[in-house]
Amino acid sequence: MATLPLLTTTRTADRVWLRASGAWIAPHAARLEELAQAQIGAAAASGAVAIDMSAVEQLDTYGAWLVRRLRAGLQERGRDLEIFGLAHRFRDLQLDVDRIAIDAPPATRRGWSATDVLERVGRSVGGVWDQLIAFVGMMGALALSLLAALRDPRSFRWISAAHQLDRVGWRGVPIILLITFLIGGIISQQGFFHFRKFGADEYVVDMVGILVLREIGVLIVAIMVAGRSGSSYTAELGSMKMREEIDALRTMGLDPVQVLILPRVLALVVALPLLTFIGSMAALYGAGLVAWLYGGMSPDIFIARLKEAISLTHFKVGMIKAPFMALAIGVVAAVEGLKVKGSAESLGLQTTTSVVKSIFLVIVFDGLFAVFFASIGM
Amino acid sequence: MHPNGTPVIRVQDLVVAFGDHVVLDHLDLEVQRGEILGLVGGSGSGKSVLLRTIIGLIPKRQGLVEVFGANFDQADDDARRVIERRWGVLFQQGALFSSLTALENVQFPMRENLSLSDRLLREIALAKLAMVGISPRDAGKLPAELSGGMTKRVALARALALDPELVFLDEPTSGLDPISAGEFDDLIGTLQQTLGLTVFMVTHDLETLRTVCDRVAALADGKVVAAGDMATMLRSQHPWMQAYFQGKRAHVLAEQSR
Repeated sequence: MATLPLLTTTRTADRVWLRASGAWIAPHAARLEELAQAQIGAAAASGAVAIDMSAVEQLDTYGAWLVRRLRAGLQERGRDLEIFGLAHRFRDLQLDVDRIAIDAPPATRRGWSATDVLERVGRSVGGVWDQLIAFVGMMGALALSLLAALRDPRSFRWISAAHQLDRVGWRGVPIILLITFLIGGIISQQGFFHFRKFGADEYVVDMVGILVLREIGVLIVAIMVAGRSGSSYTAELGSMKMREEIDALRTMGLDPVQVLILPRVLALVVALPLLTFIGSMAALYGAGLVAWLYGGMSPDIFIARLKEAISLTHFKVGMIKAPFMALAIGVVAAVEGLKVKGSAESLGLQTTTSVVKSIFLVIVFDGLFAVFFASIGM
Repeated sequence: MHPNGTPVIRVQDLVVAFGDHVVLDHLDLEVQRGEILGLVGGSGSGKSVLLRTIIGLIPKRQGLVEVFGANFDQADDDARRVIERRWGVLFQQGALFSSLTALENVQFPMRENLSLSDRLLREIALAKLAMVGISPRDAGKLPAELSGGMTKRVALARALALDPELVFLDEPTSGLDPISAGEFDDLIGTLQQTLGLTVFMVTHDLETLRTVCDRVAALADGKVVAAGDMATMLRSQHPWMQAYFQGKRAHVLAEQSR
């Protein structure tokens, strides 16, 4: 195929002759660059230089660029230069390449100097405030949309809400059942294993019952929903933003919050308590099963013990938290989705941020509720 | 160089169908080295499908597709890669990598296929961008910050990054203003002359067909119903061809080529 490019040197009394030959094309570009740089470097010797291009068999932009660089390099060193013999069919290309001006440097990337790092820290601290504003802003927009929907129920997107409820609620049931069932079983097993040392077997039921109904049930389900549905809300809204669908809605006089976000968030607020209930029951079922098979506690005793240990209050505490967590997940997902910019990378980044933030918020809310319930004696 | 030797692209008896819907029905087409072929046809007539079948993105049901004399079906992965390095593709929407800047987009195929120094990589990529009319100042922008016309130009620079022998252009001038479209036509013509490119172009732009295409092929009913230079096209008796080339928008064109 293509012959290797060469640049051979002959010296005569008054000048240096360079003879270029072979294929000056992209696959040989690295070698060509070496040849050209070597010639530029060796150009300390004085006198004129003549480059004979007649033996060049192939030339493309890469080759032409290196011819240009060779010439520029030699001229910079004050050498008299003559290039001749370039085959006719390559001349236009060489002229085109010679004409290109690429002097201005492209925008430089951010550096890592001390001030840059400080600036970035400052910006991210300021960003926390912006995020809070965005969160509150979205809550306000949702509240306004909800009011509008209450005033005129026909303006609410019932079909969309039902579809979302099916997606985040009904279709989430199997995985929620499985996970909470396993968690309940694991807590029960650990309880028996450790409590048995004190002969406190029956208190395992108290622990499991209270833990699951008050904390674990709602937490696990909220985290699962944040990962499963919050992320998909962000990705959906983000790609709609990227493809200008949200702008299209706006120009048709429709409010994206009303059309897209309110049905989604409401679906979450309805679905999460239901899933929490189902999840808590599955966890208790798993705990009871392990108690029977591993702890040797018969189901009758487990149920009787459970009846004594837990009260309606524990159940209420768990269920009251669920809709608030759903709201946090939904609002964060919507805010992050609308922040997506043009690139695929930004979509991925916002989706990750959405999940991380909503799980963080769910846990913070849980802590705040714990303080609240403790102070009102629930 | 082999002028008029084996065709660069040879398509024989090609059938492509999605379920029951037959898009390309026993289609034959050849593209010679160094020519610019314009492929025309109504919306949904299968122009893009033909292009995507030739570059191996859509599986065919029957027939033969040869590019550079090699049958893509029988080629192993290495042979495919060698062929793919010899062509460049400009997708309809540009298909720029959204997380890379314009410059990095052009550098991407170079980085993957050639071992170049950073300096040369930068210089050649900037030169390629300059050739399509993108200034170094815009080279650092992300695709989301580029206008539609600039996106097309950057995508063309990327398609030409490795100095391919063959380029596939899917509606290169659609969505460009007439001036930009004209510059684009000139650019493709210049590149074809200087680099000896073979160009396979899907287009609706009658002006492009008239000014840069050596040959035009018209696709209708899943077949190539006519192929030849513009004069042949204008004389064609096929009803779709008559509507296309004699329609209101084609009027100016007919006047000019008279």
